[in-house]
Amino acid sequence: MSTKVIHALYNDDDVLMDAVKTTRAAHHHIEEVYTPFPVHGLDKALGLAPTRLAICAFIYGLCGLGFATFMMNYIMIQDWPQDIGGKPSFSYIQNMPAFVPVMFEMTVFFAAHLMVITFFLRSRLWPFKAAENPDVRTTDDHFLMEVSLHGNEEDAVAFFKNTGAVEVKVIDKH
Amino acid sequence: MYTFSNKLKTFSFLLIILGVIGIAYGFLTAPKTVQDVELILAEQHHDGHGSHDEAHVTTDSHAVGDSHAEVAAHDEAHQKHLEHVLHQLQNKPWAAVYVAAIFFMFIALGIFTFNQIQYAASAGWSPVLFRVMEALSAYLLPGSIIFFILLVASSMHLNHMFVWMADGVTDPTSPNYDFIIAGKAAYLNIPFFLIRAVIFLAGWNIFRMLSRKNSIALDETGDLTYYKKNFKLAATYLVFFIVSESIMSWDWIMSIDAHWYSTLFGWYVFASFFVSGITVIALATIYLKSQGYLDFVNKSHIHDLAKFMFGISIFWTYLWFSQFMLMWYANIPEEVTYYIFRIKEYNLPFFGMLVLNFLLPVLLLINTDFKRLSWIIVMTGICILVGHYLDFYNMIMPGTVGASWYIGVTEIGAILLFAGLFIYFGFKALAKTPLLVKNNPMVEESKHFHY
Repeated sequence: MSTKVIHALYNDDDVLMDAVKTTRAAHHHIEEVYTPFPVHGLDKALGLAPTRLAICAFIYGLCGLGFATFMMNYIMIQDWPQDIGGKPSFSYIQNMPAFVPVMFEMTVFFAAHLMVITFFLRSRLWPFKAAENPDVRTTDDHFLMEVSLHGNEEDAVAFFKNTGAVEVKVIDKH
Repeated sequence: MYTFSNKLKTFSFLLIILGVIGIAYGFLTAPKTVQDVELILAEQHHDGHGSHDEAHVTTDSHAVGDSHAEVAAHDEAHQKHLEHVLHQLQNKPWAAVYVAAIFFMFIALGIFTFNQIQYAASAGWSPVLFRVMEALSAYLLPGSIIFFILLVASSMHLNHMFVWMADGVTDPTSPNYDFIIAGKAAYLNIPFFLIRAVIFLAGWNIFRMLSRKNSIALDETGDLTYYKKNFKLAATYLVFFIVSESIMSWDWIMSIDAHWYSTLFGWYVFASFFVSGITVIALATIYLKSQGYLDFVNKSHIHDLAKFMFGISIFWTYLWFSQFMLMWYANIPEEVTYYIFRIKEYNLPFFGMLVLNFLLPVLLLINTDFKRLSWIIVMTGICILVGHYLDFYNMIMPGTVGASWYIGVTEIGAILLFAGLFIYFGFKALAKTPLLVKNNPMVEESKHFHY
């Protein structure tokens, strides 16, 4: 089944923001918006749910902290508690100041890297991935709003022309 | 325009009166003679308190050998111990006042420094808060005067807080002679100490008065040269501040433990009162907003202050740990005694402040939504303020009262007194000018600041 979508192109982010608001007010379903740079407040105008990436990062950080603690406790205290320069290896807490730099770095390392990997997975980014760009100009100086088309084609085109679009196309999407 | 409500004024007076009573109680109950101390120790001995028992056990262990010398040696050691404890207990009310005085003066200084950083950085978010900062830092003047009087009192030997001020420490023929302190006498001597204090305190206060004057003149005339003047003043102040701050932290805090030294101490002290100052700005802003005085302050301003509280709390912890860990790791006797004593005798305040100053702020303020909730900021702010009071307590008390510490009527009285003075002078200054600066080139941006 082929569905039709409208590609409305804008050349200014303010116009785009207004267009997004009027489109949503008119109850058109916005599939996607392509912009060459982050437009401040666009996610709010689109009504996108806030990201949970920060929560992931916090949990990853705790994992890193736990891993560092487990690792050093096993190596330095449990497995072979040597006397190295008089450091007290009797229990983890007694020698903890020496472990804090590692605990800190591991926390940051896990939080940062796992969060980036999560971001790549969730946003489906990887090397050799085919670009999903509907119009090359959207990486340079144009903004594109993709809206699913229901009902009358002419009315919809006229509506998007009215929102300040410099170009409105109807595309068959497979 | 803010009016200093009668309720708040009465409240501040109440704090001052309660504080004065608490401090007077502390001074009146301090032991005057060795005999008093003997009684106190006997009572404590009866109750079986830890540290003094230990001290007695060590003196007892000296008693080996023939009975005559044994008794004499024991007696002499006991007398010395009593004198030692007497000095500690006599210092206690002084030190309680000193900690509270320095803490609240530093909060005013931290607020003023934050204000100057906003000027020097041409910050676009904060001008709506300038009047709050200017007014709350008004406590700097009365605070410095009281603090200077305390320094003079110590110099006049009214107390024994600074060991290097004692008679005979630099005199080789004296039984009090201390060659380490004698070696530092070129820097640690009373006239030079007081001259430095005058320069620093006067310097900060002059900068504050000029900045405030320019800010009011800008309001009235709309002449932007006042803004430029304040910008240059702020840049000059920050240079003066960082030098004077470092030196004053050696003078007023580090010299209490005159045998000990640390290179990052100035930064550490700075981080401690800077975060307290920012916290007080946030608390006062929330209070004034809840009273309906700051309608132009929105959630984003509060959010920014909370981010500063969060960030500088971590910065403080970083410095605390850097200082602690380097000394713990190298374990050089002349450095590490500082921490050994604190861990042994001040275990709860020493590690408790880490929970209050690091763990709770990190967990409570890491969430963006939480940073916009007033009650979370108020709760965390109280933790931070109590924690940093304890921080100053941990810096000053071990060198002045040693193991005889206790947070009782005197300490709480001193906190109440200076909190009352801080509220009184801060809010009195707040009522003198409109709460929103006019003609500041950044103020429109600041009013519409949105994060």
